[in-house]
Order: sequence, then structure tokens, then C-alpha cells
Amino acid sequence: MAVLTTSVRSTDDRFAANRDGLRSLLEECDAQVELARQGGGARYLERHRSRGRLMARERIELLIDVDSAFLELSALAAWGTEFHVGASLVTGIGVVSGVECVLTASDPTVRGGSINPYTLRKNLRALEIARVNRLPIVNLVESGGADLPTQGELFVPAGRIFHDLTELSGLGIPTIALVFGNSTAGGAYVPGMCDYAVMVDHNAKVFLGGPPLVKMATGEESNDEELGGALMHSRVSGLCDYFARDEHDALRLGRQIVASLNWRKLGPGPTRPADEPLFDPEELLGIAPVDLRVPFDPREVLARVVDGSRFDEYKANYGTSLVTGWASIHGYPVGVLANAQGVLFMDEAKKATEFIMLANQTDTPLVFLQNTTGYMVGRDYEQSGIIKDGAKMINAVTNSTVPHLTVMMGASYGAGNYGMCGRAYGPRFLFSWPNAKMAVMGPEQLAGVLSIVARQSAQAAGRSFDEAADAAQREAVQAQIERESHAFFNSARLYDDGIIDPRDTRTALGVALSAVHSNVVEGRRGYGVFRM
Amino acid sequence: MIRRLLVANRAEIAERVIRTARERGTETVAVFSDVDAQLPYVTAADAAVRLAGTSAADTYLRGDLLVDAALRMGADAVHPGYGFLSESAEFARACVHAGLTFVGPPAAVIESMGSKIEAKRLMLAAGVPVLEGVTVAGGAVTDDVAALADKVGYPLLVKASFGGGGRGMRVVEARDGLADAVAAASREAAAGFGNGEVFLERLVVAPRHVEVQVIGDAHGTVVHLFERECSIQRRHQKLLEESPSPGITASTRDAMCDAAVTAARAIGYVNAGTVEFVVDADGRFFFLEVNTRLQVEHPVTELVTGLDLVELQLQVAEGLALGPEVTAAQTSGHAIEVRLYAEDPDEEYLPSSGRLDRFEISPSDGVRVDAGYATGSVVGTDYDAMLAKVISWAPTRLGAARRLAAALRGARLHGVATNRDLLVGVLCNDEFVAGATDTSFLERHPPHTLCSAARDSDDELYCVVAAIWQRLEDRPRSPQPSGIPVAWRNVGPTRQPKTFVLRGTAHVVDISGPHGARRITLDDRPIEFGWVEVTETTVDAELRGRTVRASIERVGETIYVDGTFGAVALTILPRLGVPDVEEAPGSLHAPLPGAVRRVAVSAGDEVAEGDTLMILEAMKMEHAIRAPRDGIVSSVLVADGDQVQGGAILAVVTAPELEAA
Repeated sequence: MAVLTTSVRSTDDRFAANRDGLRSLLEECDAQVELARQGGGARYLERHRSRGRLMARERIELLIDVDSAFLELSALAAWGTEFHVGASLVTGIGVVSGVECVLTASDPTVRGGSINPYTLRKNLRALEIARVNRLPIVNLVESGGADLPTQGELFVPAGRIFHDLTELSGLGIPTIALVFGNSTAGGAYVPGMCDYAVMVDHNAKVFLGGPPLVKMATGEESNDEELGGALMHSRVSGLCDYFARDEHDALRLGRQIVASLNWRKLGPGPTRPADEPLFDPEELLGIAPVDLRVPFDPREVLARVVDGSRFDEYKANYGTSLVTGWASIHGYPVGVLANAQGVLFMDEAKKATEFIMLANQTDTPLVFLQNTTGYMVGRDYEQSGIIKDGAKMINAVTNSTVPHLTVMMGASYGAGNYGMCGRAYGPRFLFSWPNAKMAVMGPEQLAGVLSIVARQSAQAAGRSFDEAADAAQREAVQAQIERESHAFFNSARLYDDGIIDPRDTRTALGVALSAVHSNVVEGRRGYGVFRM
Repeated sequence: MIRRLLVANRAEIAERVIRTARERGTETVAVFSDVDAQLPYVTAADAAVRLAGTSAADTYLRGDLLVDAALRMGADAVHPGYGFLSESAEFARACVHAGLTFVGPPAAVIESMGSKIEAKRLMLAAGVPVLEGVTVAGGAVTDDVAALADKVGYPLLVKASFGGGGRGMRVVEARDGLADAVAAASREAAAGFGNGEVFLERLVVAPRHVEVQVIGDAHGTVVHLFERECSIQRRHQKLLEESPSPGITASTRDAMCDAAVTAARAIGYVNAGTVEFVVDADGRFFFLEVNTRLQVEHPVTELVTGLDLVELQLQVAEGLALGPEVTAAQTSGHAIEVRLYAEDPDEEYLPSSGRLDRFEISPSDGVRVDAGYATGSVVGTDYDAMLAKVISWAPTRLGAARRLAAALRGARLHGVATNRDLLVGVLCNDEFVAGATDTSFLERHPPHTLCSAARDSDDELYCVVAAIWQRLEDRPRSPQPSGIPVAWRNVGPTRQPKTFVLRGTAHVVDISGPHGARRITLDDRPIEFGWVEVTETTVDAELRGRTVRASIERVGETIYVDGTFGAVALTILPRLGVPDVEEAPGSLHAPLPGAVRRVAVSAGDEVAEGDTLMILEAMKMEHAIRAPRDGIVSSVLVADGDQVQGGAILAVVTAPELEAA
């Protein structure tokens, strides 16, 4: 296979500017992650610990195999909102007793682990990942249920959690609940809907209505243990399958259950040499652009991500604004689509369409490396049918059935986001670099467009146009869009599966590829490959 | 001429005898009990005969089976080794009657020396100095006996008349302890040697145990091959032997060697034997006994004289006369032997059993290894727990001690606890180096001080080494690609502390940190580290400014680390242990596997703290199972003769108030 070379010089100014910019973004990211890790703050943490209980991440660390990798997802969920960053839930892909699983763990130190609209999105995304990749799911439950002030946004869609859990079971994907504490009201259906339920003695509380509610409803006097204690559910109701003496015992039982699943991955294992890239991934910090107006060659990224920096380029001289080709990551063969000049023209769209169909012919997963400002606009392009070519590409992406993994490396504007497998196109995993921006168009362009429209509207109506007001308006709009296209903003809303350090790209994709191969990897068949 | 030799013994000594036989062109037949079938000596022999059963009484002590095996296999001679039937006149006689050559002295000599009383009488008559003694038959102390004991004087020693090896031996400090000691010694003697007769003897304080190797041929020649000092003993069992003795003057040596030859001549000694003496602080020596066999510690003599004692034994048995290399033997340099036992000196020498996952003692210049076991061998509880003898030679005593300590340190001994650290501690001890080696050496220097002196103060760093190594070891179990960095996290540091137990203490190692900013802590203290190189079997690393090289092996939940800081076995503590199974409070456990003897209580009995409830016999030792407190025996789960596993519950003693409730 062809081996990539590099022309990156770590001494030049742009490299240094990118690296410094990325470092400060990563620091911001780390600071937010640290906030998430600290949960509800020292006081709640202390109280939780003093009850002999473990933190959500401590539970995960004990549940997963020693020295295995853990890919945490959406750590910045709810960032910048009224809710605590992290959305009082930890989710990720971890290895339990040799089986890759989706893990969810409520963080009881953040408002009792209660579910807010972001928690819900994060939880549903975890369930989706379990479903599409056929990964067993282990829920580490300790949640006070719905965040009542937001019930209006929550109540109706939250039913989906139980729907999805039992749907997983219906698909033969194991679901496990380890109940460490409260799991009441709607939450009681989590162990209820799972294939396996483990409850911790004295701590687990699983009931539809607690003593006060029961008293209100029927006048009956009762206590927590008889309504929903682990012992009761083990001996009387039968809702608990495994009685755990303490938290460690629950985690041990969880590992034991997974070990007994007799689980086999259905996708092929890695088949290619998985040697490290020839070039230092550290340099990705200097390659990832802070100024998105400056294009960069995605081959420089591939040279630091794919096995042995080997890349067989497809249609290298056609539609050169999009780089396509074959490579492998940690031994898994992949097809790569990477924006080179930002703009997608007709040729790029047709090239992408063909390439996606080829990957489906050979059951090869696809990796999309996004840095796009969208499909080209202009008279010539419209008249040549850019919409039809863009539609072909979006059609191909949509109906492709091989796993897609998307990485936001920079810009993601307009329908380029769709064609390059943005969130709405169901990539199995979608990660963003911290410098990535995502919006309908660039902030400057959007503000400019609004300004032009306003000016035209004023002219049409014969009104005078207030230049000063327009300038202020433009600035405000630009600032708003700037904020809303920020990676943290989008990650907070679950528009990706988390922000990754660019240097982790190879590893994150490796873990993700391994996870997607838990399911069958099969392309769409039917028509042959259309030559566009 | 001996053409085919049956070796009526096992393990180390069988292998030793077979080695010489092979070198001289004599065919060998080994015998093995069921549990010994896999030991190396069995395959080292040209042929091997199974002795059905496991206990010594069913196998190696069955003279009839051994003679039968020799005849069936066409052997013309029998070498008894040491222990078992080596000093049984009856067996020697049975061999001769069957037409076999017995490699040892004539039965009559064995017989006369077998009774310590008779031996003393003979020695006294020959003018060899002896200690006064009194015989007690039947294990009961009468007034007469007590009066005689007073004459001997306290402290005194109670010994089995027909035994050896420390079994049935008791020290009595004053008259009130006499009856118990005599009873216990008599019981052990009866169980061990089939005769409960014991005798009382003056106890020499701060004595040295020095013995003289003698050898005689059938033509009337009897010579000595110099002395061995065997004073370093634990529980009256020799642990370290050396030649020459560092504690006697040249004139004492000459006098003692002459006395030994006199003694041997007086009884018409033929073949190799040993005359044991006790030497007091003033250099006076007294005859103890004659061992009418090859001694465990014979290699010490071989290394200083350059002779092969087994070869000489066989030559003598063939009727050949001793040559000038024997009659004019000289010594050169210094030799030291240590006995490597499967036992835990930190736990009162509790015998250890199990599979030897690795057993490697590299012979080097001046170091000889006489081992009965190899990697993969199973050490059982049926026989003596000696794994090997390691013997060193050097021109000087200090040189020999250093070589031996180095060989022991470098040995890889995995699977069972050993007394290696203790031995190294002795060899490096200042008093030992100065030659101050009377028999109470190990009382002055308790095992734990010697063991810890032998260990590197930094050996807990091995927990870090093991944790580093495990990161590589865990990898094949993962369904994730092998190139994914170990314990990778994309968010925050890894927090998977590992806990290892080193000599009963748990140590926690935490390796965390993303992107090369790795941080290692040991018990919450940061560990500075430099480069780290890990392979499947080794770790090279710089920790706390020291360079560590270590070989590593994991067997089950144990990680063995051998290297710069010595050798340790680390137990991996599971992160999520199974909670303790509920068990009645007051349950008494078997401290080790063994046979239940003399159950003294039954359910419902009231017992006082310290009462002996039963005896657990294991590895030739009697372990008393005592009541931990005043209470009531609520159940007895075993009966006389039961074989139990280590840790098994034997009985439950409940406190009276619990019983009432």
C-alpha cells in the first residue's frame, strides 16, 4: 500500500498558533470535565462517601476489566446550561469480563442523580449505541427519577428509556441493571425492564411509590425496605435476581453476569497489520486549525491516525476537494472520506457517492473526517445540478449500511454536515475535536446574509436602512452563531458523542471500530455500483 | 562387584546415589510411592518400582517390599540412603538373607548403635567421653526415675532411645516439667519409631554439634574424614552444616577425630558412618551417638576432601580396600551446606506444600545443588519437607558463605514457601561470619530478624513492578485491539489501583494519568520512576532512583518476582472479592492439611481456654488444636484418623453466654 508522507513543519508559525490554540481549548475542556468528575461538589461527595458509597466513575472503574480501555461518551453533556455539566450521568464503552458493553452510571451526587432533559438525551443515545452496535448494556442505577421542575420536557420522551431497554432485550442484546440506591417511580422500571437485576442490600430502593406517596394514595403505612428493599425483591417480589451484600459485591455480580452471557462478536476481527503510524500524533495539535478559514490537508491527519500511515487513495485526481481512499485503523479496514478544501463541488459529491457504494460492496466501515463549509453555491453550480449531485451523496450516506464513524476536525457547515455523515445521518460514533465548529453556515456569512436580506426588505418597502443598527445587529448575530457553533455547545446538546483530544483520534476510532464489530458488518446490496 | 543397585529411598538422596552409580557404570533401580511417581529421581534411575500407597509406613518403611523389588528387578545390592530403613538392622539383615549386598555397616553394628544406651556403654568402655544418662521405659516417671533425673541434673534432655532427627526430643528445665515431657517424647517415639523408650541426658548449655565422618573397609581399615559442624539447628533439626568447624581448636579436632576412629574400631565399623559429639563452651567434647549411614550433610565432607562418599560406600560394599586417597585424605578450603525446606520460618516453620511452579537453583562455580525436586514437582505432606541441599565451596569460610548466599538469592523458588530468606540471613549474619555458631544461634536470632536482614528494604517496590507487568499481561484477555494503550481513558485519569499482598501486608499501586503524564503511587506515596521496559517475563525499570531488573511469572493469583531486590511472591488481591461465607463464630480451623488424632472432646463438653481438643498430625509434627476461650463445644466435625484439608473447620467452641442465648 502507498505510504503517506508529511510536509508539516513543527517550527512554522501556523503550527505553533494551532498548537497553542488547541492546548488552551483542551485545558478548557479538561476543566469542564473535571467539574463533571467532581459531581455535585465536595459537600455531596463527602456525604455520599460517608455512607460507604462509590462515585459513578469509581463504580465503572471497578466494573470494567483491569487495564482495559474505557471510552467515555458525551462528558460535556449539558455544558453551559442550567444543569450540571455531565448531565448527572456517565456513559461509555467499556470491557466487562472480556465483553465490550455500553455502560451508564447515574451520578447520585448531582441532585440525587435525577434525570433532566440532557440526562435523558445522553441516556437514549447510550441505548441507541447499544442497539445499533449490538452491545450489551449495564446500567449502574442510583437516581431519584425525573427532575420535577423540567418534567414538562421530560415526562413524555422519558418513556423511551424503558421502551428501548426492552427493545434491546427483544433484539437479543443483554440488559443488566445494578441498583446501588434509589431507583424509584419511573426509575423502578429500569431494573424492571432489564434482563438481569442486581440490588445492593440496604441501599437499593426500588418501588413505584415511596411511603409518603403510598400514605397519600391509600392511607397504608409502610417503609422503604418492605416497599423496595433488595432483600424483599430477592425473596418476595423476585424482581432482584442477584442479592448483593454491598456495592463491591454488586459489581462482582455484574461482572459475573456478563461473563456468563456467552457473548460473541458478530463482526470480523482486525485483519490488517496494526502498526503505529509513522508520524507523531502529537503533531495533530499543530495541524488541527484554530482559524477555520485556513484549509489543511487531511492526509496529514491520516498520516498520524491510520496503521503504518498507509493510505491507498481512490480517484486522487478527481474531485480533489474531497480525499477518499482505503486504510486500516488498529487492523480494521476502513474507507476514508475527508474534506480537503472545505467546499464540496459536483465532482466531490459524485466521487463520494461512488466511494460509499464501493465500501458497501466490500462491507468496509467508513470514516468521515469533516472539515466542510458545505456544497458549492452559484449560478453555474445550480445550473449544473449541484443539488442533484449533493442529493446523490446524501442518499448514499443515508442508505449505506456499513458502520460510519465521523470526526469533526474543523468546519461543519450547511448540507456538508449531512453529506459527510453528521449527527442526523446516524454515524455509529461521532467525535469532535475541540476546535470544531458546526452550524448552518459560518457566523460571518450568516450575519451577512441576514443583513442583505434586511437591506433588500428595507429597499423593497422604501424604508431607510439604519446602517448603525445593522452593524450592531450583525455583530450580535455573529456572536450568537459563534457561540452556538462552538464544539462545547454542540457537545452539550448531544450533537456528538464527545469531544476528543486530536491526539486520541486513532485510539478513539480503534475502540469505536472494535465496538461496532460487535454487530454484523454488512454493506447494502441491490444495484451495482453506479458510475456517476 | 555390584551390577545393579536398588536405592531404597526417595527424592534428593535417591538422586544423589543414582548419580554416582551412573558415573561408575552401576545400573540403578528406584522405588517410589504413589505421590512420588513424578519426582526426577524416578526417571533418573534405569528402572523404577512402584510401592503402592503414600504413607512412609506403607512404602519406604516396608522392608519386605523393598527386598522383593530388588529381587524381582535382579538387583544385587541395596543402598538405603538416610532416614527410613537406613538404620534398621532388621532391614540390613533381611537384605543379606535375600542374598543382597547391603550398602552400610553390618546389621550387628547398626543394632548396637541403634540403642543409644548400648552405644554409650560401648563408647564408655572404649574410653570415649560420654554424658551421663538414664533410660525410662514405658513413658511413666516413677519416683526412682525422678531421683535419677536429679542425679543427671537440670536442664536435661529427653530423647527417644530408638530415634533421631529431633523427633521425640524435649528439653526439661526443672523437675515439674519432667513427667509431661517424658510422656510426650515417649508418645512421639512410639508413633515414630515403634518403641516408646526414652532416656534422659544432661543438657550441655551453648553447645556445638560437631561430628566426625568415619569410614571403614572389610579389611580392618577405619579412618576419619574430618569433622563437620552442624550446630545451626531449628527445633533440633540441622539447617546448616560446614567443614571445617569454625568453633574448635586444632587439638580438639585431632582429639575428636581420633576418638571417632577409636569408637568406630571398637564396634568393628565397616562402611561410612558418623560419630556425633557435643562440644561445650570450653572445648570439651562428649559422645552423642553413631549414625550408621550416610549423613544428609555428607557433601560438605566431599567438597573439602574431593572424595565421593557414595562411591566409597559402594567400593567398601564390594569388598574393596580403601585406597591411599582415603587413608591419607586431606582437606582443602571450606564447604557449607544449607538445607532448603518447604516451610515458612515466619510462621513458626509451618510446612508448606503444593506445586513447585518453578524450582531453579543455578549451579555455579563452587556451588553444588543436590535437589530432589524440579519445576512442576508436587511437594506433599507425607514426608520430610526438604527440597534440596545447596552446598558451596571456597578457599575460605567467608568466601563459601558469600557464594552460597548468592546462589540462594538467585534461585527461583515458586509455589511453596521456603526458608531461603532465613538461610541467606544466617549466612550474612555477623555472628555467623565470626564463627559463633552454637546450637542456640536461632534462638538468639529469631527467624523474622534473619529473614528481614536477607531482604531488600525496598522490596515492596516489587508491587509496582508487578503492576507495571500486569498491564502487559492483561492485554490478551481484551476484545479490543492490542494496540489500544493499556488502561486508556479519554476523559480524566485511570483509577484502577491494584492491591498485592506481600508477606501478609497489602500494598496498593495506582498507575494513572493520560498522555504520558503517568503517575505511580505505592500506598498513596508517589514513586519516582524513569524508564520502564516490559516483556512477557521481565521488567527493567528505574524506580526511586534505583535500577530494578526482575523476572516475573504469574501462577494463578500469585505473581513471583525475582530480581535486584530479592525474591518475593505477591498475592493479587481481587478487586471485588467474594464476601466471606457465613461461619459459626468460634470455628476452629486446621492450620494445615493433616490427619486428626486423639479427639479429646465431643459436642456439649465444657472446655477451658487452652484445653487441647484434638491433635492434628501433619508433616511429622503434632499440632494441638486448643480451645480459644472458655466455652462449650457446640460441634465436632471430625473424627480420629480423618484426613483434613488446611483451613477445614474441625470443631466449634461457643462462648457460654452465646450458648445460653
